[in-house]
Amino acid sequence: MRIDCPICGSRDRREYYYQGAAVALERPAPDAGDAAWENYVHLRENPAGETRDLWHHEGGCGAWVVVTRNTVTHGISKVELAVDVTGARR
Amino acid sequence: MRVAGKGLIDRTRPVTFRFDGTSYGGFAGDTVASALLANEVRLMGRSFKYHRPRGVLTAGSEEPNALITTGTGAQREPNVRATVQEIHEGLVTQSQNAWPSLSFDVMAVNDLAAPFLGAGFYYKTFMWPKKFWEGLYEPIIRKAAGLGALSGQHNTDTYERAYAFCDLLVIGAGPAGLMAARTAARGGADVILVEEDALMGGRLNAETLEVDGKPGHLWAAEVVAELAGMENVRLMTRTTVTGAYDGGMYGALERVNQHTGQRNGGAVLETFWRIAARHTVLAAGALERPVAFQNNDRPGIMLASAVRAYLNRWGVSPGKQVAVFGNNDDAHRTARDLVAAGVHVAALIDSRAGVSVEGAGYPVFTGAQVCNAGGGKELESVTIRTAQGEQAIQTDCLAMSGGWNPSVHLTCHMNGRPTWNADIQAFVPTEGSIPDMTVAGSCNGVFSTHGCLTAGVEAAVAALGALGKKPVKVDVPQAEDAPYSLSPLWAVAGKGRAWLDFQNDVSVKDIKQAAVENFRSVEHMKRYTTQGMATDQGKSSNVAALAVLADATGRGIPETGTTTFRPPFVPVSIAAMGAGAQGKGFAPQRFTTSNTQSVRMGAPMIEAGLWYRPSYFPKPGESTWRQSCDREVGYVRKSVGVCDVSTLGKIDIQGPDAAKLLDFVYTNMFSTLKVGRVRYGLMLREDGHVMDDGTCARLGEQHYVMTTTTAAAGPVMRHLEFVSQCLHPGWQVSFTSVTEHWAQFAVAGPKSRELLNGILAAPVDNESWPFMACGDVTVLGVAGRLFRISFSGEHAYEIAVPARYGASLFDALVKRAEEMGGGAYGMEALNVLRIEKGHITHAEIHGRTTAFDIGMGRMVSDKKDCIGKTMAEREGLMDPDREQLVGLRPVGPVKQLTAGAHLFDKGAEPVRVNDQGYVTSVAFSPDVGTFIGLGFVQRGPERYGEVMRMVDHLRGLEAEVQICAPVFVDPEGGRTRG
Repeated sequence: MRIDCPICGSRDRREYYYQGAAVALERPAPDAGDAAWENYVHLRENPAGETRDLWHHEGGCGAWVVVTRNTVTHGISKVELAVDVTGARR
Repeated sequence: MRVAGKGLIDRTRPVTFRFDGTSYGGFAGDTVASALLANEVRLMGRSFKYHRPRGVLTAGSEEPNALITTGTGAQREPNVRATVQEIHEGLVTQSQNAWPSLSFDVMAVNDLAAPFLGAGFYYKTFMWPKKFWEGLYEPIIRKAAGLGALSGQHNTDTYERAYAFCDLLVIGAGPAGLMAARTAARGGADVILVEEDALMGGRLNAETLEVDGKPGHLWAAEVVAELAGMENVRLMTRTTVTGAYDGGMYGALERVNQHTGQRNGGAVLETFWRIAARHTVLAAGALERPVAFQNNDRPGIMLASAVRAYLNRWGVSPGKQVAVFGNNDDAHRTARDLVAAGVHVAALIDSRAGVSVEGAGYPVFTGAQVCNAGGGKELESVTIRTAQGEQAIQTDCLAMSGGWNPSVHLTCHMNGRPTWNADIQAFVPTEGSIPDMTVAGSCNGVFSTHGCLTAGVEAAVAALGALGKKPVKVDVPQAEDAPYSLSPLWAVAGKGRAWLDFQNDVSVKDIKQAAVENFRSVEHMKRYTTQGMATDQGKSSNVAALAVLADATGRGIPETGTTTFRPPFVPVSIAAMGAGAQGKGFAPQRFTTSNTQSVRMGAPMIEAGLWYRPSYFPKPGESTWRQSCDREVGYVRKSVGVCDVSTLGKIDIQGPDAAKLLDFVYTNMFSTLKVGRVRYGLMLREDGHVMDDGTCARLGEQHYVMTTTTAAAGPVMRHLEFVSQCLHPGWQVSFTSVTEHWAQFAVAGPKSRELLNGILAAPVDNESWPFMACGDVTVLGVAGRLFRISFSGEHAYEIAVPARYGASLFDALVKRAEEMGGGAYGMEALNVLRIEKGHITHAEIHGRTTAFDIGMGRMVSDKKDCIGKTMAEREGLMDPDREQLVGLRPVGPVKQLTAGAHLFDKGAEPVRVNDQGYVTSVAFSPDVGTFIGLGFVQRGPERYGEVMRMVDHLRGLEAEVQICAPVFVDPEGGRTRG
C-alpha cells in the first residue's frame, strides 16, 4: 500500500503512522455536551466503502494527512494535508 | 538419458553433485531434476501420506513430487523443488520422507492401509479416548506424514530485502512478456522484467517453435540482449513474483545464490523484493494439468510439457520408449519432438475420437484412454482402453496432458475470482481484478505463440497509454498461430486410486467421498480432503479436483467455483521476508553518550524502549544487584550521584504561540511560567486519562524545552504535531525533537551543588539557581544548560551539553562524584529513589488512570480548556470510589511486596469480586529499611493506616500491608529546596 503525501509524493505505508477516523479533526467546544464529546472520542463509523482517516507521515515530513480511501477496494481516492482541511473549515 | 545435439545446457562445463550419497554428473544449466533424469534416476521422493514412490511431474516451480533437501548442517534446506534447484559443483541433495532409504521405505506400509486412511480419516478414526489425540495419535501421524526436516540450528545464511520502483512491471519473460517489455521499453517507460526461471524465454526455451524464422530460444535471447542494453530496463531472473498487493505493490523472491552454492562470507542467499509499479503486465503463462487415472503417480509419468522441456531445454529424454497421452494437440507435438530427437515413441493415445494422424511412424490410438499404469518404483507399462477393449503397452515414460490452466493466481490476490472459459475448459483472469494490471498471453487463455506475442504488444501499448506515454509501433514477429482445441478429460473412469493432488495424496475417490459426506462446498471439500493444501497449493490439481467435485455434486464447474488464491505464489522462507531482522537486527539500538563508559564500569545494560541504560554499577565485593543498588541510593541521599537521563524525550518548542499551545496540551498553565523557570506538567489524552508527564522549561518568551518520559517521546511528539496541524493550524509554533542533540545528566544529592560549582564557569547558589530554575551555563568551557529539578527528592540538578561532549562530561562528573564519596547510579537506584518520593512513572500512568487517581486532580486548571479536560470531568472519572494512588508498607511477618499483586480487605477472600486495588511499583528502601510500594486502592487517600491483605496469585505470595501516603522520604520536600 502506498500513500501520496502532498509534500513528499508517493510513499510506502510503512512511513506512516495510522491514527484513525478523521473525526478527530472536529473537536467539539468544551461545552458542546456529552453526546458531542462521546461522538468525538468514542463513536466511529465502520463503513463498507469510503472512509476518511488520519495518517501521520512520521517517517517522512511529519505532516498529518487526511486519506480518503475505500475499505472494500482499498483504493485511495484523495490525500490532503490536515492543515488545509482544518484551515478551510474555519 | 541425454540426447545428442539437444538442449540449452553448456556441455563444455560438466558439474558433479550428490543425491542420496551418490555422485552424479550434469552440465551447467541443468536442474537437479534434469540432471537426475539424464542419469536415469526417476525415483525422487515419497508421497506425504502413503509414502508412494514418486518421480518428477513437472519442469517448474509447481512441482508437487520431487521435493528434496539441499545442503548440510545449519545450511540444510528442506522442501526444495528439484525442478527449480540448479546444480552446481559440490551441491549435496537428499530425498525426503523416506526411511531407511528412498527405494526401501518402511512407511510405505501406509499405502496398504489406504482403505482406512481416506479423506478425513483423522477426524473419524482417532476420536477415542479423547486424551489419546495429543499424547499418542498426533505425534505418530506427524512422524509418519511429512516433508523435509529443518536443521534445528541457527540460520547462518544472509538474506536481504530490497525495494524497486518502475513504470511498468512485466511478470514473466515468455513471448508475451518479452514483447510487452520490448514495446514498453522502446516507448520510454521504466521497465522491470521479472522471470522465475534462470533463463528468459518461457516456453520458447522448451519447445521447437520458431519466431521470425529462427529458433524461439534464439529469438528470445536477442530480445533479452536488446533489453539488457537499455538503461530504462531492469532484468530480474530467478525471481518469482509472489504476491500482488494494494497500490501497485508486488512481493518478489529472488534466489540469489542457491545456484552458485556461495553461502558464506555474507553472500546473500535470497532477496525479498517489494516492487512498486505504476502499471503491470501479467504474462505468467499457463500450467499444464495431469489426467487422473489409476496409478497415474508412477515415477516416469509426467506432464507432456515437462517431457518437451527436458528434451528441448535440457537435452534429456525422460524415457527410452515414451508413450504420450492427451486430450489436446500438445500430445502430438510431444510425440513429434521426441521422434525428431531420435527417441522411440511407444504410442500416442488421444482421448478425442475424431482426430486423424497421418504418417506418424508410431502407433496412434484415438478415442482411447490410459486407464492404469504398471510398475512400482518405475513405470513399466500403461494399460489403454479403446473401443476394442484394454491392452497393455510397454513404456518407461508417459507424457500426459489434460490441457492448460492459465496462471491466474496473482490476479486473485486482491479478492478477485477467476472466470470459467468453457472454450479452453479453464479459469481465466477476470478483468479488473487488480487495478492497473493488464493480463497478456497464455495467462489470459491465449495459447498460440503468435497470439502471445500480439497480446504482449497490445498490453504494453495500453500500459504506455495509461502511463501517459506516446504509443510506439512495434511489429509482431511471425510465429505459429495454431488453434487450441481440446475435449475435457479430468479423470479416467475405473477402479483403484487415481491421483489428483500428488503432494497430499488426494485421489478422485477422496473428492467423491467428501461430496457423499456432504462436504459439497469447494472450501469444505478442500479442508476435508486436504486437496491443494500442500506446498504446491494444488497448482496442477485444483481445477481437476473442482471438476470431479462438480461432477459428483451435479453442478457445473463455474457454479462449484474455486478456492481462494492467496500469496505467496511459491513458498517463501520467513528468513527472506524478515531479512535483516534476526538477532540484533530485530530492532534498532539506541545508545547514550555514556554507554561505552557504563559498559566499561561493568554495568549490566537493560533495554528501555530502543535505548540501553545501565542497571547498576557493581563494585568489587558486591555479589548481588541489591548491594550495588542500595549503595547507589546512598550516594544520592547522603552525598552525590550521577545518572545519565538523556533518554528522556526532549522537544524544542518555539514560536509566538508556543505558550498557548502548551496551555492547551498540559493540564496546568505554562503561559504564566517565567523565563528561566521549569514547571512539572501533566498531559491527558482526549478521553481524560493521563498520557504523560514531565518538566517543561521556559528558555525565552517564545522558547520552551519540554521533556517527556523515555517511552512516550515519540507519541508525545506526534501528539503535539496533531494538535498543531489538525486542531490549531493557525497557531504559529514549531517542534523539533532534540533528544539526541543533548546529553543530559542528573547530579543529585546534598553535595550536588558543590560538585557542579567545581566545573561551572560561574558558580551557582540558592539565590541565582533556586529550585525549578533553569538557564544557560558554561561547563568545563562548553556552553550547556542547567536545570534545577529533582526526580530523587534531593537537592538536584540536570546538566545538559551538546551530545558530542556527553561522554567527557559523564566521565568528569563521575570522577568528581567519586572523590566526594558518591558516584554513578543506574536505573535500579533511580527507581528506588523515585518510589521513596512517590514519583510516578508509566507503571502508575499506565493508560487507565486519571489525574484524579494519581492525586493530581487539582493540576487540571479551571482557567482554560485543555486536551482531555472535558472528558476527565465525567462523573465516573471523578468517583471517590475509584482506585487512587497510595503508599504501601509491609506490616506482617512477610516483608516482601511484589508489583502486580492485588489488595483485599483483611479477612476477605482473595477473589476478583473482593478486589480493592493493586500494587504498581515496589522497591527495597534503604532509607525506610523495608520494602515499600506504590499502588492503587479504592478510596485510597481516606484509608491511610488501614491494614490490607496483599496477594500475588501468580507468584504465590501473600503479605499484610499498611496503606500510607505515597511519600516515604522527606514528605515536606525541604531537601529539594535546600
